[in-house]
Amino acid sequence: MNQLNPTIPGIPAVDVSGVSRVFSTKRGEVTALDGIDLTIAPGEFVSLIGPSGCGKSTLLRLIADLDQPTTGSINVFGTPAGIARQNQKYGIAFQQAGLLPWRTVTGNIALPLELHGVGKTARTQRVSELIEMVGLTEFAGSYPDQLSGGMQQRVAIARSLAEKPELLLMDEPFGALDEMTRERMQAELLRIAAESKAAVVFVTHSIPEAVFLSDRVVVMSPRPGRITGVVPVSLSRSASSDAEALREDTAFFASVTAVREELHGESSGASARGVDLR
Amino acid sequence: MTAALSSRSLRAKSARARLQPFILGVISVVLLAVLWELYKFAGPADGLTIGETRVLPRTTDLAMPHVWDMIARLGGPLTGSSTAIPLWLAVLKAAGMSLGIAAIGWSLGLIVGFALAVLMQRFRIAESAVLPLVILSQTVPLIALAPVVRVWGSRLEFGSFEWESWMSVAVIASYLAFFPIAVGALRGLQSPDTIHEELMRSYAAGWWKTLVYLRLPASVPYLLPALGLGAANAVIGTIVAEVSTGLSGGIGRMILDFSNFASSDPAKPWAPIFGAILLGLVAAGLVSLLGLALGRYRRAEVSR
Repeated sequence: MNQLNPTIPGIPAVDVSGVSRVFSTKRGEVTALDGIDLTIAPGEFVSLIGPSGCGKSTLLRLIADLDQPTTGSINVFGTPAGIARQNQKYGIAFQQAGLLPWRTVTGNIALPLELHGVGKTARTQRVSELIEMVGLTEFAGSYPDQLSGGMQQRVAIARSLAEKPELLLMDEPFGALDEMTRERMQAELLRIAAESKAAVVFVTHSIPEAVFLSDRVVVMSPRPGRITGVVPVSLSRSASSDAEALREDTAFFASVTAVREELHGESSGASARGVDLR
Repeated sequence: MTAALSSRSLRAKSARARLQPFILGVISVVLLAVLWELYKFAGPADGLTIGETRVLPRTTDLAMPHVWDMIARLGGPLTGSSTAIPLWLAVLKAAGMSLGIAAIGWSLGLIVGFALAVLMQRFRIAESAVLPLVILSQTVPLIALAPVVRVWGSRLEFGSFEWESWMSVAVIASYLAFFPIAVGALRGLQSPDTIHEELMRSYAAGWWKTLVYLRLPASVPYLLPALGLGAANAVIGTIVAEVSTGLSGGIGRMILDFSNFASSDPAKPWAPIFGAILLGLVAAGLVSLLGLALGRYRRAEVSR
């Protein structure tokens, strides 16, 4: 997965081609996304990064079929995004945990399974697996208002994994967390993504977060939202390497610098295209 | 040991916390009685008139019987006849009948109000078409409505079914009860956050599943106060409709009948008024029991 240009065997997890999204507002039309092409391989971890208003969340919402593109097409595992949603091809987590306050941790994680008619025995087993995976066994019977923000977010991530999706869509899921919780959650997410072999599309505005997590970082610029560059990250994320060491690795800093230059290069204009992507 | 102890003291504390509103309620009733007697003792016998208008009531025994006289009267017989039942029992019976009718009216109002709310939530066009009508419906005076309902009802015939006059009263009560329920339920059904609606969409959950799993539970904190208002409206509607349709046996008719005794037996007209207050308290109490039963759906209300 660390090649410069990941070759995609068979059907890509996400295939975005020629997508634009124009919002009509009272003050005229706003182009949120323009000319977006992006292909994500199965099992690949891709971050979308850019300043506010660059359309990274909009792009994620289009992939999730929570919104429709004005032009272009989006395929998820070879089917249009709408059908992929109907077929439950992805799990999603937002910046807010979005737990139902009247359901316990168990009930919240079980929600998608209940909605899709998974039998009680299978459900109970899957939910307890997930609760263990996110380390909330003691809190299985707690209600969301009894949990900290980090715990709530872990429940939301467990919920997004409930149906073993091959694609995870995450919209700044750690944005509201403090730095320490955030780093721990990032390490957990890496482990979970590796275990579940799911492709991940991860929206963030933190450079270190994007670099730490991703195989590729997609850099976007605002007005109109465009992809200005793609930075491949090659960190040696073997199972044994611990997160702390990884964050202090020289390759980590090199990638952070590359993403930063890509982001800033855009704002200074002409030199953007010339950034060396290795 | 310590755990058991602390849990016991916790329970004692929560019992005290639960008793507190009850104690406060009793204190406020006693205070009201004291105020009544104080004014009766200190106020001018003929009240206070400014120009032609009396701004403070007379304090004679006719206008304001002593609290203890009113309570004593409740223990006395309903009429002068030797076989008469005690007045308090007659009042309770009448209040019981009115409560039954109000409960039926409230249930009817709940069904109609909820159905309208679901319809309005489902179709935006229904909201803009129905909501003004719902509001308009509440401007029709009850007194005007009562005879119409009675006449229409008496024309209804389905086989052996026969329209009885208490049904008219229940319909009028429901007419008042459905309004706050419809408005409250609509607000509740529309209350889920965008994030929850999008989550349901990402699960490809249709309208019905979204209603059952998201909108209904989310509506509870909005629905409960609306149900309380609906209950109060149903009680008022029942009492007023009993008077205006002439239905006998309920508390409304009793208030009307007993007002004839204002000069001969001044404590007696107060008895059905106490009955009506009791009726309102019981109705409110029953609704708050419902709130306790639905406690877990109110977590958002408690925690946010």
